[in-house]
Amino acid sequence: MNIYVLLKKTFDTEEKIAVSGGKIEDDGAEFIINPYDEYAVEEAINQRDAHGGEVTVVTIGDEDSEKQLRTALAMGADKAVLINTEDDLEDGDQFTTAKILEAYFEDKEADLILAGNVAIDEASGQVGPRLAEYLGIPYVTTITDLKIDGENATIEKDVEGDVEIIETSLPLLVTCQQGLNEPRYPSLPGIMKAKKKPLEELEIDDLDLEEEDVEPKTKTIEIFLPPEKEAGKVLEGEVSDQVKELVSLLKNEKKVL
Amino acid sequence: MNFELSKEQQMIKKMVKEFADEVIQPRAIEIDTEAKFPVDIFKQMGELGLLGIPFPEEYGGSGGDTISYALAVEEIGRVCGSTGLSYAAAVSLGASPIYYFGTEEQKQKYLTPLAEGKALGSFGLTEPNAGSDAGGTKTTAVIDGDDYVINGEKCFITNASFAKTVIVTAVTGKNDKGKNIISAIIVPTDTEGVKITSNYDKMGVRGSDTAEIFLENVRVPRENLLGSEEKGFKQFLYTLDGGRISIAALGLGIAQGSLNKALSYAKERTQFGKLISSFQAIQFKLADMSMEIELARNIIHKAAWLKDNEKPFSKEAAYAKLYATETAFRAANQAIQIHGGYGYMREYEVERYLRDAKLLEIGEGTSEIQRLVIARQLGC
Ligand SMILES: Cc1cc2nc3c(=O)[nH]c(=O)nc-3n(C[C@H](O)[C@H](O)[C@H](O)COP(=O)(O)OP(=O)(O)OC[C@H]3O[C@@H](n4cnc5c(N)ncnc54)[C@H](O)[C@@H]3O)c2cc1C
Ligand SMILES: Cc1cc2nc3c(=O)[nH]c(=O)nc-3n(C[C@H](O)[C@H](O)[C@H](O)COP(=O)(O)OP(=O)(O)OC[C@H]3O[C@@H](n4cnc5c(N)ncnc54)[C@H](O)[C@@H]3O)c2cc1C
Repeated sequence: MNIYVLLKKTFDTEEKIAVSGGKIEDDGAEFIINPYDEYAVEEAINQRDAHGGEVTVVTIGDEDSEKQLRTALAMGADKAVLINTEDDLEDGDQFTTAKILEAYFEDKEADLILAGNVAIDEASGQVGPRLAEYLGIPYVTTITDLKIDGENATIEKDVEGDVEIIETSLPLLVTCQQGLNEPRYPSLPGIMKAKKKPLEELEIDDLDLEEEDVEPKTKTIEIFLPPEKEAGKVLEGEVSDQVKELVSLLKNEKKVL
Repeated sequence: MNFELSKEQQMIKKMVKEFADEVIQPRAIEIDTEAKFPVDIFKQMGELGLLGIPFPEEYGGSGGDTISYALAVEEIGRVCGSTGLSYAAAVSLGASPIYYFGTEEQKQKYLTPLAEGKALGSFGLTEPNAGSDAGGTKTTAVIDGDDYVINGEKCFITNASFAKTVIVTAVTGKNDKGKNIISAIIVPTDTEGVKITSNYDKMGVRGSDTAEIFLENVRVPRENLLGSEEKGFKQFLYTLDGGRISIAALGLGIAQGSLNKALSYAKERTQFGKLISSFQAIQFKLADMSMEIELARNIIHKAAWLKDNEKPFSKEAAYAKLYATETAFRAANQAIQIHGGYGYMREYEVERYLRDAKLLEIGEGTSEIQRLVIARQLGC
C-alpha cells in the first residue's frame, strides 16, 4: 500500500507564545509536530505494518521542518518529503497548501492519505478535505478507527462525541482525531536510523507551480492573544446568600442571564 | 567551536523529556514513598533503546554517543532521582565495563541483553571496609582448575537484586611489590553461592535498588575474567571516570528540576501583596541556581565530548561530577527555601530532590575523592 501522511510543523501552544507586529514570534517558540498529525503518522505505520507498503511523510514548510520530518522517520515512516516554500512564498493559506499538495500528488498513486483533523495553530481543518476534492477521492474527517480489507475501508468517525460508522473504498483520504491511537515515542534505534532514511527536498518550481498559482485566497487582518485570564472570585457566607450573590453577578456584572 | 546539539541529540533529548514527563513524573512520589524499584518503567526504557544508547548496534545498542546518554540521564533525573540513578548505574557500571574490556564472546553473551534492555547489570566494588579506598578490597578469587572460586561481601550495590550479572572486583593475587592485584569478574547472579539482599532504609533515591551481596564459594569459569587480571584496577578507574559523567548529568537533572519548580512557584506565590519572584532576595537565589546549572551543563557536555572524541577526560569528568552534584544539592536546598513551609512537604517534591541529591555527593567517588582526583591531575 502507498501511504502518505500530511504533516505540519506548529508551535507548541503549551509553551509561551509572543505576538509582535501582527506575527507570532518564531524566536523562543517551541516547534512540534502538529499533535493530530502524530495520530496520522502512528496510524500510517500501523496500517503499513498490517498490510505492507510504504509510508511517506509530506510537509510544506521551511528548512527547520526537517526536524519534525526526522521525528516521523524515527517513529517508523519510510520516506519524507519537504516542500520548501521559504524562498518562494510570502504568505499562504489553506488554499495555497492544498494546491501545492495537489501538484505533488499529481503523479503519485496514493492508496491512503492521512492528515490531522486540524492543525492546532490555525485550526481550519480544511487542508485534508480540499486536497481530497482536488484529487477526486473520498474523504472522511475526524476518524477514531480505521479497518482496511482489500479495497474496502470501515471507519469510525467522531461526531461530537457520538460514533458514525462509514464504509468506503480506497484510494481514500482521512483526517485523524484523538482516540484513534496512542502515538509511540520514537525509539533510540529509530532516531539513529532516521538519519539514513531518504528526505527529498522540493520547491514549488519542481512541481511546475508559479507563485500566482498558489496565491492565498484569504488575508490575515490581525493576530492577537486571548485576553489574560482574570483572577476568580470565591463567594463566602451562607450558601443561600452565595446563591443569591452568584445569580446577581451573572445577571448584572457578566450579563449572561 | 560549536555549542549546538546535533539533530539526533535534540531528538533524543525531546523524546526522553516527553517520556519522563508522561510516564515517570506521575509515579515519582510513589516510587519514593514506597521505595519500590519501578521494574515496568525499566522495561519501557529498554524497549525505547535507552539502556543501550552508548553501545553499537551489533551488541544490541542504539549507536548513540556519550552526550546523548548524558542528555537522557539529565531528563530522567529531572523528574525522578531514583530512576535516574538506577538507569545511570545500569549503563555506566553494569554494562560499560563489558563493552570496554570484554572479549567478543563476553560482549555477545553478557552485553547484548543489557544493551537491549532485557536485563540489568550491576557493578560490585564497594565492601564494608573498602569504599573510597578500593585498594582495601577483601573479596578473593582463587583459581581452581578452570574456575575462579570467589569469597567475600559487597555492600551498597545498585540494582543487584534485579540484575542478571554483577561485575565483582576481587583480589586475585599479589604483584612483584607485594601489592594486591584486583581484578574484575563477571558473575551471573543465579550462580550457586551468590546471596543478594536489599534491606537498606535509605534517605534518598529510595526507589533505586541498593543491595548487599554475599559470595560463598562462588564458582565461575576463568573465561569470565573481564579484561586482564593485572589491569583490573586501571579498568575500573576508567569505568568510574565514565560513570562520573552520568552521575553529573543526574545531578544536573535534579538541579534543573529544582529550578523549574522554584521558578514557577515564585511566580505564583504572593506575600506582602507581591509575587515573591519580585523580591530581590528570591531573584538572586534563582539567578545563582540558573547560572550554576548552565555551568554544570557545559562541563558535563565537554567531558562527554572529550570521551566521544577519545581524548583524556578524567579531570573534566571529576570537575563535572563534583560541580554538578554540589550544584544539585544547593539548588534543591534553595528550591525548598523558596517554597517556604510548602517546600518541606513531600507533595511539592523539592524536599525529595534534596534527599536524592545528597547521594550524588557520595556515590561513584565522594566529593573529597573528586578533589583528590583533580589535585592528582594537577601534579600534587
Ligand atoms: C545509594 C548508593 C548506591 C551505591 N551504588 C554502588 C554501586 O552500584 N557499586 C559500588 O561498588 N558501590 C556503590 N555505592 C558505594 C559508594 O560508591 C560508596 O559509598 C562511596 O564510594 C564511599 O565509600 P564509603 O561509603 O565506604 O565511605 P568512606 O570511604 O568510608 O568515606 C567516609 C568519608 O571519608 C572521606 N574520605 C575517605 N578517604 C578519604 C581521603 N583519602 N581523603 C579525604 N577524605 C576521605 C570520604 O570522602 C567520606 O566523606 C553506593 C552507595 C550508595 C549510598
Ligand atoms: C513543620 C512546620 C511547622 C510549623 N509550625 C507552625 C506553627 O506552629 N505555627 C505557625 O503559625 N506556623 C507554623 N509553620 C509555618 C511557618 O512559620 C511558615 O511556613 C513560614 O513562616 C514561612 O511561610 P510560608 O511557608 O508561607 O512561606 P512564604 O512566606 O510564602 O515564603 C516563601 C519564600 O519567600 C520568601 N519571602 C517571603 N517574603 C519575602 C520578602 N518580603 N522578601 C524576601 N523574601 C521573602 C521567604 O523567605 C521564602 O523563601 C510551620 C511550618 C512547618 C513546615
